[in-house]
Amino acid sequence: MTVKTNASMSRLIASAAVAFGLLAAAPALAAGGAAHPRSGGFSFEGPFGVYDQGQLQRGYKVYQEVCAACHSMNLMHYRNLGDRHGPFWNPKYPNPNDNPVVKALAKEVQVPDIDSETGEPIQRDATPADKFRSPYPNATAAAAGNGGAAPPDLSVMAKARHDGANYIYSLLSGYRAAPAGLTIREGQHYNPYMAGDLTPFWTGDKHHVPEGGFIAMPPPLRNGQVTYDDGSPQTVDQYAKDVAAFIAWTSEPKMVERKQAGFGVIIFLLIFAGLTYASYRRVWKGVAH
Amino acid sequence: MSEHESTYVPKTGVEKWLDTRLPIIRFGADYMSLPTPRNLNYWWTFGGILALCLMTQIVTGIVLAMHYTPHVDLAFASVERIMRDVNGGWLIRYVHANGASMFFIAVYLHMLRGLYYGSYKAPREMIWIIGCVIFFLMIATAFLGYVLPWGQMSFWGAEVITNLIGAIPVIGEPILIWLRGGPAIDNATLNRFFSLHYLLPFAILGCVVLHLWALHSAGQNNPVGILIPADRSKKDMLPFHPYFTLKDGFAIILFLLLFAIFVFYQPNALGHADNYIPANPLQTPAHIVPEWYMLPFYAILRAIPDKFGGVVAMFSAIGVLFVLPWLDTSKVRSMRYRPTMRTFFFIFLVVGVGLGWCGGQLPDAPVIPGLGGVVLLDGNLNSYLWLTRLFTAYYFLFFLVILPFVGLKETPLPIPATISEPVLTGADAMPAFAPASPEKKG
Repeated sequence: MTVKTNASMSRLIASAAVAFGLLAAAPALAAGGAAHPRSGGFSFEGPFGVYDQGQLQRGYKVYQEVCAACHSMNLMHYRNLGDRHGPFWNPKYPNPNDNPVVKALAKEVQVPDIDSETGEPIQRDATPADKFRSPYPNATAAAAGNGGAAPPDLSVMAKARHDGANYIYSLLSGYRAAPAGLTIREGQHYNPYMAGDLTPFWTGDKHHVPEGGFIAMPPPLRNGQVTYDDGSPQTVDQYAKDVAAFIAWTSEPKMVERKQAGFGVIIFLLIFAGLTYASYRRVWKGVAH
Repeated sequence: MSEHESTYVPKTGVEKWLDTRLPIIRFGADYMSLPTPRNLNYWWTFGGILALCLMTQIVTGIVLAMHYTPHVDLAFASVERIMRDVNGGWLIRYVHANGASMFFIAVYLHMLRGLYYGSYKAPREMIWIIGCVIFFLMIATAFLGYVLPWGQMSFWGAEVITNLIGAIPVIGEPILIWLRGGPAIDNATLNRFFSLHYLLPFAILGCVVLHLWALHSAGQNNPVGILIPADRSKKDMLPFHPYFTLKDGFAIILFLLLFAIFVFYQPNALGHADNYIPANPLQTPAHIVPEWYMLPFYAILRAIPDKFGGVVAMFSAIGVLFVLPWLDTSKVRSMRYRPTMRTFFFIFLVVGVGLGWCGGQLPDAPVIPGLGGVVLLDGNLNSYLWLTRLFTAYYFLFFLVILPFVGLKETPLPIPATISEPVLTGADAMPAFAPASPEKKG
């Protein structure tokens, strides 16, 4: 009896240890010193969450009119805008290269190319097959134009930060005046959601160093800056949410497919597990072990 | 056990022809009818799970290699291209990336089962040692694979780990340059890491064949831990199929459920967000941490103030496993009958998980925030540095002192003479409907 009790205890402890071990990996990933991101209340959260197409369209508009002036998205092509679950997906055009909205959006942009006749560098209208135009010809130019640090590519930004979409939303809408006692460095801005350690720049109470860090990017959004035609509020908060959702989509464009496939896989495995367990019980029936 | 009588009878002409030339069907048939200890519990299902993990990694890996570009300027984008433009690429890549974590969950449980039930003791030393070789190759393969996406953690992880080799006196520096293919981590490093990452899984596969060969030669251990006398084998054994194919099958499906939850709903939870930032040799991440399955060994590395000492300690932590069969002095295999040792085992389990936890924390961070603590030598006692040292000390004490000493001093509980004895209540004969003991129900 004792042996059995101990064995089940050991099983319990071992299972707990494994679960604990998995959890232990997570806190190691948290960045230190920054304020915890606020929730953007996104539609794509949770196991059944999907992207809100209207929000992705607005987010693209904000990216295109504001962010794209400095930030590239080198992993994105204009055709991606018409992909399934993307901002301009239209079931009538399973091949997004045929999607007229996508074609029109691409055409608004000029991209560098080589003239196939003369070999001279030219500018031409983009096509759906083109990559999103980079604001700078190369990384050195990007750094030179921004005080020495190139603005990061935004293609996978929502995966490159912990709690990505909420982080982007919080950062963009979370600029506030630096607390008194904080020395702001030249060309830097205070943001409570930016990772960093402000201790060296803090002259106030040592036990209450403000959360956050310095960011080179000045507050990029203003109320009314981008015109929405769907009646959504034209506020910094809404812009930040929409562009965060857009970047979440560019980071993980197959998320909806992934979750939908996962649902089928889990249901299948549950049924398979039930059948296998029933067979197992039947085969072992009457066999002492 | 392995020399059980073959019951395979070739029926068709083709089978008879093949059986005299290459008895491969006989081999498979004998495997399926292999007498297996009837009391194997669910901790014994991880062998099958691990075989599945290895095959999954090899198959997904081969497909990924068809689309991946091992070049410093293109690797990051090629991995993302797989996720976006290759049909089903996101699934293949997430299965491969999370498959590594699943592989390690299974291998750690498999090793702990071996440790608890004394599966490494005579005559099974070779099974254990080959298993240790596989574990070491797995760590190497996982490390090499993590470098391939060429993100920030890929690059800086490679920097930290290859630098360890440089800590070896005299020969360290030349080996370091040879390993990296130059003075710094660059394209040459990425290329050779890709090549080796493709090679090592097949070395693992070869070792798995040896592992199974040794297993079938010495026979499987079992939760009671006794060797089964030949004349008892009918009562104590069951054919592998259908009894254990179903039991293993059920466990594998449960494992796949856990696997699927990660792949489809939390595909990046076990990775580090920084690895989605392209590698930048000029910008060190704030906090370089390895993948979760390396954290216990990373913690041991950081616990030692001297760099070379840390490297020695880290490799010793794996090396000590190889000599485990000769460190344990007890004749009793299963810790079921070793209550004293069992207590130390569970402390070891907590310490192992604790080391993993410490490996993910900053060494200077306080364990209990808000509590002052006392400074001892180079660190505060209330810091992860000293907690790691405490755990590291126990890790080595467990193998080098506790196992040899307790084996000599303890009084084990009475051990049943046969497997059937604890299984069947009372009489030696097998009643048709003896209740199975509750602990072994799924």
